[in-house]
Amino acid sequence: MNLEELESTAAHERELCAGQKCRLRVCTGTGCASAGSDRLTQALRERAKERGMEGEVTVTEVGCLGLCAEGPLVKVDATDTLYQNVAPNLADNVLDSLTGEAAGITICNEKQPFFARQNRVVLENAGHIESDRIESYIARDGYRALLHVLAEMSPADVVAAITQSGLRGRGGAGYPTGLKWSTVAKANGPRKFVVCNGDEGDPGAFMDRSVMEDDPHRVLEGMAIAAYAVGASHGYIYVRAEYPRAIKRLKTAISRAERQGLLGSSIAGTSFSFSIDLRVGAGAFVCGEETALIASVQGNRGTPRPRPPYPAMSGLWGCPTLINNVETLGSIAPIIRCGAPWYAEIGTEKSHGTKVFCLTGAIKNTGLIEVPMGITLREIVFDIGGGIPNGGKFKAVQTGGPSGGCIPEQYLDMPVDYESLREVGSIMGSGGMIVMDETSCMVDVARFFMEFCMSESCGKCIPCRVGTAEMYKLLTRIATGAATMNDLSKLEELCSMVRETSLCGLGQSAPNPVVSTLRYFRDEYLAHVQERVCPAGVCPMTARKGVATHA
Amino acid sequence: MPETLTNTEVVTLTINGQEVSARTDETIMEVAEEQGIRIPALCHISGLSDVGACRLCVVEIQGSPRLQPACVTRVSEGMTVTTHNDRLKAHRRTIVEMLFAERNHVCSVCVSNGHCDLQNLAVECGMQEVTLPYLAPSLQVDASHKRFVMDPNRCVMCTRCVRVCDEIEGAHTWDIMGRGVDSRVITDLGKPWGESDTCTSCGKCVQVCPTGALFEKGVSVAEMTKRRQFLPYLKTMREVQK
Repeated sequence: MNLEELESTAAHERELCAGQKCRLRVCTGTGCASAGSDRLTQALRERAKERGMEGEVTVTEVGCLGLCAEGPLVKVDATDTLYQNVAPNLADNVLDSLTGEAAGITICNEKQPFFARQNRVVLENAGHIESDRIESYIARDGYRALLHVLAEMSPADVVAAITQSGLRGRGGAGYPTGLKWSTVAKANGPRKFVVCNGDEGDPGAFMDRSVMEDDPHRVLEGMAIAAYAVGASHGYIYVRAEYPRAIKRLKTAISRAERQGLLGSSIAGTSFSFSIDLRVGAGAFVCGEETALIASVQGNRGTPRPRPPYPAMSGLWGCPTLINNVETLGSIAPIIRCGAPWYAEIGTEKSHGTKVFCLTGAIKNTGLIEVPMGITLREIVFDIGGGIPNGGKFKAVQTGGPSGGCIPEQYLDMPVDYESLREVGSIMGSGGMIVMDETSCMVDVARFFMEFCMSESCGKCIPCRVGTAEMYKLLTRIATGAATMNDLSKLEELCSMVRETSLCGLGQSAPNPVVSTLRYFRDEYLAHVQERVCPAGVCPMTARKGVATHA
Repeated sequence: MPETLTNTEVVTLTINGQEVSARTDETIMEVAEEQGIRIPALCHISGLSDVGACRLCVVEIQGSPRLQPACVTRVSEGMTVTTHNDRLKAHRRTIVEMLFAERNHVCSVCVSNGHCDLQNLAVECGMQEVTLPYLAPSLQVDASHKRFVMDPNRCVMCTRCVRVCDEIEGAHTWDIMGRGVDSRVITDLGKPWGESDTCTSCGKCVQVCPTGALFEKGVSVAEMTKRRQFLPYLKTMREVQK
């Protein structure tokens, strides 16, 4: 498909949409789907048929509309109204609203800060396109960036543009994407590979899932541009098996793109060829670590190996390999299309662009948001998130999953960027944000994440394998009221030792939840140890008062 | 494995304040050994590939934010390495302590008492007591093989047996099952050792095992001395083949 054909496909698709008298967009993101949106779609179609409205009403299944807390969501284009909490039995009410007054269904205010404060770049198509139809993506400027790159830019130009945009890895550590690309581009090897890391495993994080489910072609386009820039001809998407919908949609997207000549050999009639294979994980969190991911793609046991050599020099089968996160690759097409300076202008001095976050926990508006870097936590939690439900009091927000930390109230006005988060002992991470109110016990939170790290440790290196288990054991002692001050100091010793000596990022960052809660909520730990009470009333505290048993 | 460098250069680096020369295909561990500096290690054994897993050999490299394992880190020009200081000593002691706390290491009843790498490391690293809570799961001993016994309670998961079986014997009988603290070495996808189809009963795994986890049948307390004389020859043979 060349640019002309692309444009005619886009025009045709746009005409098709304009010709539809009344288009209903039903959110089928996993959140809404679990609230019954699949049954709602079916009901809407059936009822429209029965009422003879078939010709005028088109029911389309789109990706995440954002406000997961109020799902299922339905957008009616003709009246420009968003309805929330549309249970499958309310299909008739939606159809009624097309001709008259809406009754029995709740209108969702799209002017509320949750929508108004967002800046959607990676999620620009979510809720608009049908992920299984490539035409739908093309109609919203899809694959235009790829064809532009192939026709007008040299690989070095592409790397320069990405460098200029200031984009940093969205997987967690924030490594400059342009630098990574240029390293792989300059590395010598018989073959090169591009890998998309879709092994999103942090508890409370579902950004990558949404991008892969709702806009799979965006990921493919980003990978193809990356492959052109670094000189790769083959790519892999590594998705965890727990995302069946994402796997299905990516598979469909790859075959559609191949059929249209946008993937495969001689893309758009040029000499550039690039093919993509899907690799499905087997349920190991550690496979999100790049060297473990490489081992897993090669069919070996998913364990990390010491770096250097970095995958950019020696990755898949010893060849230079570019590994980027889903969201990073999802940002590529808009950067090329709208220009690097445009992207660089969004955000702060060191963290450019936008970031997708998943708001979960004790917050009114649970959902998926995309905001510019540098926004404050207060704006995210209280304006966009709508604050704490049921009159609760904010206690902390956990970012970065098991590798991150808890940020207390005094830092609510801190701008959200890579450096600031690191300064307060947390990390950006992949973008999970768990809001906690006064009913959460910080010891319990630390123990939860330590249990996660313990069961996800691969067991290769001793500090992570035994250290996480020992820390979990000590935290359990604290949570049951069986700990002594000696246990607490042992815990702190282990934190610094495991952080400094572990082989990979999992072990090196596993102590973070403990360290950050100890830093800001030491009182709570002391209450557990010295007074043997859990202030939040969460921990079991089963050990008898005053008796230090050794669990 | 890092690819073999064909054009090796000679560089100068500093180890513990002493200037030394080395080839760029050498690791810090190899260069330190040449200089008579002993860096504690467990998963590393000369003659097998290195995995950098036990973390005992971590050293400080000036300018590197992280500690690096000496067994897999190659030297470079102007590198400044510290192999021993208080911080590294404390870390090494804790690692050994972790191993003692992880499973069941009771020297007084062990076949390897007096000839055990773990026991020697405890002495070397100055570990005098176990201050961490014992995890000590109760694991079943596999005595199904006609000549050898595997006692997972004494295993430290160094994977020497896995590597020697794969790299030297070529049988790949041993592998790892499970993950984290629940990982175990297994024979043939978890079959009892005696029923293994691939095991050639060569016994190399027993000889490289650092503890009393793998031992010959018939030995009693402190009687299991390991014979590792074959490894240097195999190492030389491999180097000639390179």
